[in-house]
Amino acid sequence: MSTSVKAGPRQSPRPGPTRPIGTPRKPWRRRVEPYVYVFPTVLLMVVLMLVPIVMVIRYSLYDNVIMKKEPVLAGIANYTEILTDPDFWNAVKNTAFFTGTSVVAHLVLGMAFAMMLNTPLLGNVTKAIFRVLFILPWLFTVAIIAVLWRLLLNPNGVLNYLLQTGGLTDSKVEWLADPNIALYAVTFINIWSGYPFYMMSLLAGLQGIPRDLYEAATVDGASYWQRWWNVTVPQLRPIIVSIAMLDVIFTTQQFALIWMTTGGGPINVTEMLSTFTYKLAFNRYQFSLASASAVIIFVFSMVLAFFYVRYQKARD
Amino acid sequence: MEPKGARRVLLKVGVLVGLVVGAVFAGFPVFWMAASSFKANPEIFELPPRVVTPGFSFDAYTTIVTDPVKVRFFVNSYIVALSVTMLTLVVAVLAAYAFSRFDFPFKRPLNMVIVSVQAVPPITLLIPYFGLMVTLKLYNTYWALILTYMVFTLPYAIIMMTGYFNTLPRELDEAVKVDGAGSFTALWRILVPISVPGLVSVGIYTFMIAWNEYLFALTLTRTENMRTVPIGIQLLMGQHSYEWNEMMAMSILGCVPVLVLFLFFQRYFIGGMTAGSVKA
Repeated sequence: MSTSVKAGPRQSPRPGPTRPIGTPRKPWRRRVEPYVYVFPTVLLMVVLMLVPIVMVIRYSLYDNVIMKKEPVLAGIANYTEILTDPDFWNAVKNTAFFTGTSVVAHLVLGMAFAMMLNTPLLGNVTKAIFRVLFILPWLFTVAIIAVLWRLLLNPNGVLNYLLQTGGLTDSKVEWLADPNIALYAVTFINIWSGYPFYMMSLLAGLQGIPRDLYEAATVDGASYWQRWWNVTVPQLRPIIVSIAMLDVIFTTQQFALIWMTTGGGPINVTEMLSTFTYKLAFNRYQFSLASASAVIIFVFSMVLAFFYVRYQKARD
Repeated sequence: MEPKGARRVLLKVGVLVGLVVGAVFAGFPVFWMAASSFKANPEIFELPPRVVTPGFSFDAYTTIVTDPVKVRFFVNSYIVALSVTMLTLVVAVLAAYAFSRFDFPFKRPLNMVIVSVQAVPPITLLIPYFGLMVTLKLYNTYWALILTYMVFTLPYAIIMMTGYFNTLPRELDEAVKVDGAGSFTALWRILVPISVPGLVSVGIYTFMIAWNEYLFALTLTRTENMRTVPIGIQLLMGQHSYEWNEMMAMSILGCVPVLVLFLFFQRYFIGGMTAGSVKA
């Protein structure tokens, strides 16, 4: 979603030679000014980012906070309890599957669609129409995507009808309620909703590849797939790595889609780290354990963010 | 270098087939949602399914727009999303100006914080926010949502606007300052007016994030009169029975603002969406 904030052209802290010393511009004002401009941002980030993070870390070190009047320091007990809880590891496993499959499928679909939309074989109007159609899933909020797929995947719904008519199944599939299928079903929904972001980013990237690279490859006798592998992929590599990293960060945090389709069930086959933590806090009122889990997720996300920022810096 | 003759036709057909398959994959669910919103509720799962049923009507839409409780969901969503957009733009423009035009000792660390803050998981902040909003007496108010959404919209907005300001030549604002105007005048009179395309991009993105948010809206509001559209859609599930046609109608109404923004500002929209990953 972002590159880092890049510094503008260098600014001399002292008045430049064009302004003779002794003009009304006061240097102290020049020094204070930027802080005035960033003050609202800093205030918001301290109150709603720094303070909450300190709070959640503190919560995680006490016994049952919020529910008890005077919580007692518990040290790392909450962390050991979370890290030895098989339900936590089940959530880790599901989140890993959900994220890994989504990211790979997003990339494959996004690349395929972007390449089809970039073909010189078709007219621009045709491509524009398909582009709008392909971007559709991205225009819907998660809440809408969830009810939409609950409608389609309903045992009596249209998908089962089509599959039965086509002879692909002979019984009504309980897509979201069958423990053997639910995880694949929610992953599929996430794939459907997430590929347009890849498609648009890759399409913009494809359009930015200099034509002469392809011409040079053709002169060397490269086939279409050789050109794709040796020109397109290397040229798109920075974009692919960036969006895949962002996708990993955001998919591991996905809550609403799971919550509104399966709620983590049936049993706990679609339980993700986010729903696991949410339930601990707001269904079971185990705020300390939930905080410990939230801190673990936080640390994991920060490690990913560190690599993302470092990668972006290397690109600059 | 382009393929010729029969091979070219074959390729063209192949690509078209691929595009049509893709369009069905992407478009059919949306089409079915729209079709279902015009059905009577008992017809939703009738077999065999039909696109247009005898009960075709706008009843589901009428029910929603005449129910004050449901209209309130939309009003709430608009109030929250528009406030977040305006406030984010103002705060982000100020910060971006400092990042783009000034050098100051804490610039680099602050920059790093703003970039990495985007990766902080919402679920990590949820538990302390709950306590914090109760303490600040903001629980179940618009402010609880507006302020928390800004935490997630600001970093992106600042980064984008800093990038935008960096593309504008310094001479523009320096010229005004030589005439004796302060830096704020330079920002407000010179930079902001020529940054409208950037502001539109960032504004649309911000609006979408706020319009679509679910987790905090679920946890930081409690009463029906404070709920937003995403929660409202969920409340239609299992209240009495599932009012599928109303859920679909509400979903269609719920995506109207985003759809309108998309149709009118397609270029900015896609610009804002891909700017982070694609280097200009």
